[in-house]
Amino acid sequence: MKIVVCIKQVPDTKGGVKFNPDGTLDRGAMLAIMNPDDKAGLEAALRLKDEYGAEVTVVTMGLPKAEEVLREAMAMGADKGILVTDRVLGGADTWATSTTIAGALRNLEYDLIITGRQAIDGDTAQVGPQISEHLDIPVISYAQNIKIEGDSVIVERQYEDRYHVVKAKMPCLVTALSELNEPRYMTPGGIFDAYQKEITVWGRADLKDVDDSNLGLKGSPTKIAKASDKVRKGAGEKVALDPDESVSYIVDKLKVKHVI
Amino acid sequence: MNLEEYKGVYVFAQQVDNEISSIAFELLGKAKDLAKDLSTDVTAVLLGSGVKDLADKLAEYGADKVIVVDDPELKVYRTEPYAHALSSVINKYKPEIVLVGATAIGRDLGPRVSARVATGLTADCTVLEIGDFPLQAIPGQEQKHNQLLMTRPAFGGNTIATIACPDNRPQMATVRAGVMQKIEPIKGAKAVVEEYNPGFTPDNKYVEILDVVKAVTDTVDIMDAKILVSGGRGVGSPENFKILEDLAEVLGGTVSCSRAVVDSGWKPKDLQVGQTGKTVRPNVYFAIGISGAIQHVAGMEESDIIIAINKDADAPIFDVADYGIVGDLNKIVPKLTESLKAEIAAK
Repeated sequence: MKIVVCIKQVPDTKGGVKFNPDGTLDRGAMLAIMNPDDKAGLEAALRLKDEYGAEVTVVTMGLPKAEEVLREAMAMGADKGILVTDRVLGGADTWATSTTIAGALRNLEYDLIITGRQAIDGDTAQVGPQISEHLDIPVISYAQNIKIEGDSVIVERQYEDRYHVVKAKMPCLVTALSELNEPRYMTPGGIFDAYQKEITVWGRADLKDVDDSNLGLKGSPTKIAKASDKVRKGAGEKVALDPDESVSYIVDKLKVKHVI
Repeated sequence: MNLEEYKGVYVFAQQVDNEISSIAFELLGKAKDLAKDLSTDVTAVLLGSGVKDLADKLAEYGADKVIVVDDPELKVYRTEPYAHALSSVINKYKPEIVLVGATAIGRDLGPRVSARVATGLTADCTVLEIGDFPLQAIPGQEQKHNQLLMTRPAFGGNTIATIACPDNRPQMATVRAGVMQKIEPIKGAKAVVEEYNPGFTPDNKYVEILDVVKAVTDTVDIMDAKILVSGGRGVGSPENFKILEDLAEVLGGTVSCSRAVVDSGWKPKDLQVGQTGKTVRPNVYFAIGISGAIQHVAGMEESDIIIAINKDADAPIFDVADYGIVGDLNKIVPKLTESLKAEIAAK
């Protein structure tokens, strides 16, 4: 079985958010990590590899620096890494990104493609389903469990108040939730091996069946009109009182605001 | 693509188990505003099996027209038949704007459809308005009027961006639940109902549903609650949520929680407020033992009144709270419940 996992290098927004003195986001000071949902997707692929035997290829699109997450993935147990990087791909929205990645995946054989549900920088959850559309294969989003049965994949697909047990014939694309599993750590041997292995680098010329007009900033239907750091509502009052005074304080406020 | 051909504001009217989801009514409320600015009308797209009777309800919440695709293949949500139905409606009727709820269904359906009809999709919008793109005229560049300007948070709620889709139609957005306002339903309102069936031919993309497992819950939807008593890791244990439940009961409110509480297995996921949970905007939000991570704040900062109780004076929750009390929740909350009980009884 051949599994392709799509991963993204993202700034760590959880806990490590840093601001410049002028209040803008200081991306340089933030750690670059493998997107958590993608890491869960990779772990799911590696567990399928452990159980059924599979070749796991990780693919990322980004700046040359994104090679770091491919090395990390290979140190965890992925067999091959492919970096898709080219200046003409910069500034892509989800449409142009999914078009690019689909163009890269057309060069590969795959039974199963796993992506994370969403990346913590953009939070769109669009690229996985859009890749599946470009490749004309089924998609199962929001996977909380993935199993293989013969030539099919069986997935628990999460909704707000329920889950569906869904069966699809492979090839199929599945988007993984970070709740799916606890990703393994890199092993020292794995880290050593990862740096011995070659990473394949692809550019624009390596993308299959893709039109220039669908790539990069120019090929993106959505355009940013304005971006700014979020203006939050200011802090209100803060008091430190003994418990009885605290209670009267809250009750007074609820009365003034006509809650009671 | 002749952009002029595309007219009208369309809403994907999500239904589950043949019951219209609240998000559909919220989208209709917003669609009405947008349609007014564009001097056009509002169409709801209703997909399902045996759903035609639901059209009147959509009319009451603001739909001028309802397009119904009624087919057994649409009984339970599956990506492919739904994507086929919605794309076919878009290709046939050519809407200018298509709004979809940013639900577990909409965030799967939206991208698949946008890729199929080759247009842009802006995810998880919190503000939608009609305006110019670029916002200010730039010499040498055409400024387009009457564009859908879609505002959304990114970077875990740290930044916000306003996005346009000037050269493709329809302009598509998924919209976070709980953000847009429904209108007061107009009793007896009727919409023009049009049935359309694009034909469904199952192929490899029609997945098979082996089982539907519903979460057992007897709680109210936290998004509908007027008063939320929300607990974080600081509550200490699942048992100690009892003091929050007592407070909620006195005020006729509901208990919700932070992600840490769900991750610890103390409360089910449908009670989770925040970026990966639900967006809530109650009249009063009690944040009890919640530190206030940015992902949590993103889901509750629109609440009318935020009251925070936390023993850590530096907890970030105090940066958004209207009233912050630095103190021990175990001492304050039970007394508050007793005091409120007495106040209410005295009325």
